[in-house]
Amino acid sequence: MVRFLFHRLLLILPTFIGITIVAFAFVRVLPGDPVLLIAGERGVTPERYQDLMQQFGYDRPIWVQYFDYLAGIFQGDFGTSISTKRPVIQDFLTLFPATIELSLCAITFAVALGVPMGIIAAVKRGTWFDQTLMGTALVGYSMPIFWLGLLLIILFSGILGWTPVSGRISLMYYFPAVTGFMTIDSLLSGQEGAFTSALSHLILPTITLGTIPLAVVARQTRSAMLEVLGEDYVRTARAKGMPTRRVIGLHALRNALIPVITTIGLQIGVMMAGAILTETIFSWPGVGKWMIDAIGRRDYPVVQAGLLLIALVVMTVNLIVDVLYGLINPRIRHQ
Amino acid sequence: MTFKKSLLMATAALALTAGAAQAKTLVYCSEGSPEGFDPAPYTSGTTFDASSRAIYNRLVQFTPGTTQTEPGLAESWEVSEDGTEYTFHLREGVQFHSTDYFTPTRDFNADDVLFSFERQWQEDHPWHSYSTGITWEYFNSMSMGDLIESIEKVDDYTVKFTLTRPEAPFIANMGMDFASILSAEYAAQLEESGNLDALNQQPIGTGPFQFVAYQQDANIRYAANQDYWEDVPAIDDLIFAITVDPAVRAQRLQAGECQIMPYPNPADLEMLQSDENINVMEQEGLNVGYLAYNTQQEPFDQPEVRKALNMAIDKEAIIEAVFQGSGSIAKNPIPPSMWGYNDDIEDDPYDPEAARQMLEDAGVTDLSMSVWAMPVSRPYNPDARRMAELIQADFAEVGVDVEIVSMEWAEYLAQSTALDRDGAVLLGWTGDNGDPDNFLAVLLGCDAVGNANRAQWCNEDFEALIQEAKTINDQDERAALYEEAQVIFKEEAPWATIAHSVVFMPMLNSVEGYVMDPKGGHSFEDVDIAE
Repeated sequence: MVRFLFHRLLLILPTFIGITIVAFAFVRVLPGDPVLLIAGERGVTPERYQDLMQQFGYDRPIWVQYFDYLAGIFQGDFGTSISTKRPVIQDFLTLFPATIELSLCAITFAVALGVPMGIIAAVKRGTWFDQTLMGTALVGYSMPIFWLGLLLIILFSGILGWTPVSGRISLMYYFPAVTGFMTIDSLLSGQEGAFTSALSHLILPTITLGTIPLAVVARQTRSAMLEVLGEDYVRTARAKGMPTRRVIGLHALRNALIPVITTIGLQIGVMMAGAILTETIFSWPGVGKWMIDAIGRRDYPVVQAGLLLIALVVMTVNLIVDVLYGLINPRIRHQ
Repeated sequence: MTFKKSLLMATAALALTAGAAQAKTLVYCSEGSPEGFDPAPYTSGTTFDASSRAIYNRLVQFTPGTTQTEPGLAESWEVSEDGTEYTFHLREGVQFHSTDYFTPTRDFNADDVLFSFERQWQEDHPWHSYSTGITWEYFNSMSMGDLIESIEKVDDYTVKFTLTRPEAPFIANMGMDFASILSAEYAAQLEESGNLDALNQQPIGTGPFQFVAYQQDANIRYAANQDYWEDVPAIDDLIFAITVDPAVRAQRLQAGECQIMPYPNPADLEMLQSDENINVMEQEGLNVGYLAYNTQQEPFDQPEVRKALNMAIDKEAIIEAVFQGSGSIAKNPIPPSMWGYNDDIEDDPYDPEAARQMLEDAGVTDLSMSVWAMPVSRPYNPDARRMAELIQADFAEVGVDVEIVSMEWAEYLAQSTALDRDGAVLLGWTGDNGDPDNFLAVLLGCDAVGNANRAQWCNEDFEALIQEAKTINDQDERAALYEEAQVIFKEEAPWATIAHSVVFMPMLNSVEGYVMDPKGGHSFEDVDIAE
């Protein structure tokens, strides 16, 4: 197991360097630069343009800028935002808990509903339940997030008035952030009703962000279960008179879960992309919305560090999934 | 707990809290996050709303709802005969905000004025680059660095600015956001503690509201300044609830999560206007959308050709299709809400027949040209692509073949300034300080050729008028000169002036006293909430 972990960790380093290059190049390949965008319709004289490019250090050769950025990262300095003038890492740490909180809720929603749905659909294969479920999953998978979010707001907040429209908690409540997780901070604050307010604000964004992973998890669980249910050992278990519930829960599910866990791990990466749209619609102060703003402003330091930090998180999650995978299936860690 | 139960409880808790809170709180669903709280390094209206307009004052201010200047932190001022010396007499007894991070020991005085400007002006000032990558974009783009010769403290309550040349718009510049007055005493405290960045994060001003807290990208909280030198605001608390998506802002307003919002979607306007709980205010924006010919390129160097093309454009159809009613036809290069607007000017009639004839008379046949369409939506032009297509069709009517060109925004801004640029450019302008000079000199002056003057148009008579207007301090005299300049502009037609946008501001009926700012800012010191 230690060797397995070591191998996995060793692979991270080249991936990390690769990502620094991609993140660095990505924002510079985009046409336009921050100075021109700041100047806007007024324009900027060539002298002032040179001055500003020099001040930001963008007049230096591209490889010098890259190594400067890389050296900074290894010293824990991710640069300073051109627009807010704050250290990028500070903004990231402030905003990231909001994204994690939302993503955790969404993935929990997707797994808690998706796995049972997939199992039932597999067991009742071909019935109306299975067909309806898989049909719905396909619709859920194809639904544009932006559209779904607005639709939910209009229906549940606008017409029915059941949920708040957007934000993380009612503006009535005010307390300093301790952990950055609104559900935890609202409990710590001791203010009456704060926790339920935070929960009620989570409902619609969770559904919006969780719908695509839910569809994927349900479909993956169903097909994995179908495969396993056809295996000899399941037939044997049934033949020896084991109750169906136990056959499915104990023998089939455990083996079917392996590809499902991989899928869930991959969905976390996909979710970071979904978070960008979900956060924008629901005024959710997370890193997704922050990155969109930064790309619009060509805020090079934020984009390159933000991409890198998000990639690091996705890599860590993948590593954890790999380890879990190894724990569940011993054959993998011995390969 | 069941889902329904928890929802019920949440609602009950909200109702309880709302009942318990006696304080009047105004929630404004703002459109974006401020970049910082020191307004001077920034140029965006979103940042100014959250900083300069709520927290700070300036020496000069604008009378609410107008572009006219009035005394602010300066009670009065005198201008020397030659127009180069401005002496400001400061208001006494004005206090800076007392917060948990700063308690002032003295009132506002000349040192604060010196600090606020010198930091932007003098490169060796300790606060000139107090944060990584800080630049003073507005100060520079208004050429204040070249304009100011010296700033002098005559006594504690008198400050004298000496300029390198007469510049009448200087007074309006002193009302702009970058000219906000910060506390020198607070800066000294920060310098001592080595925490310079706090100036941009925990602001101290003299304005109607004092800063309480900013939860990044989520909300900003302010409390009314109980010692405000003007009328203390009627509301106790002001909250900016940052809500980027306009459709979501409208939903929040309807659900009562906020009481007032800016920039509604044109598509949502009908829904908002038909809601009996909502009042939608509207006003013409301080902007203009135009099509700038390259007057140094054949055949657009002939005024007759430009005039003929202007007559071929069906502006009414553009207002209908592109602005969906939220715009008005522009006949002048400055908007009607601005002083100096010449309302006697008649717009070129839409007359394709006459236009075709004029082109023939000018010897222009088989003309092919390009029209540049901006890739972004702006208040003065929400959909440039659509506008370009309509112009393409209009020009085809008079036998002119148009190719539509577009590119990424920053490239567009840069390449459209080139002297040898091919074709006509769709662009626009939103005013900075409500002074006609800010449109006519910035966009059409000879100095701006090759930069913001995208028509590359330099006309001696026009230039003489706007230069003369800079040297006169009497507003009526200046207005007369600008009116004359607009006549020349109309004859020469370097642009096709297309539209001024109409700005909408939806709010709940309970919001009272809100005044729309023609300059596009959002201030709440005069707002009250009906019980």
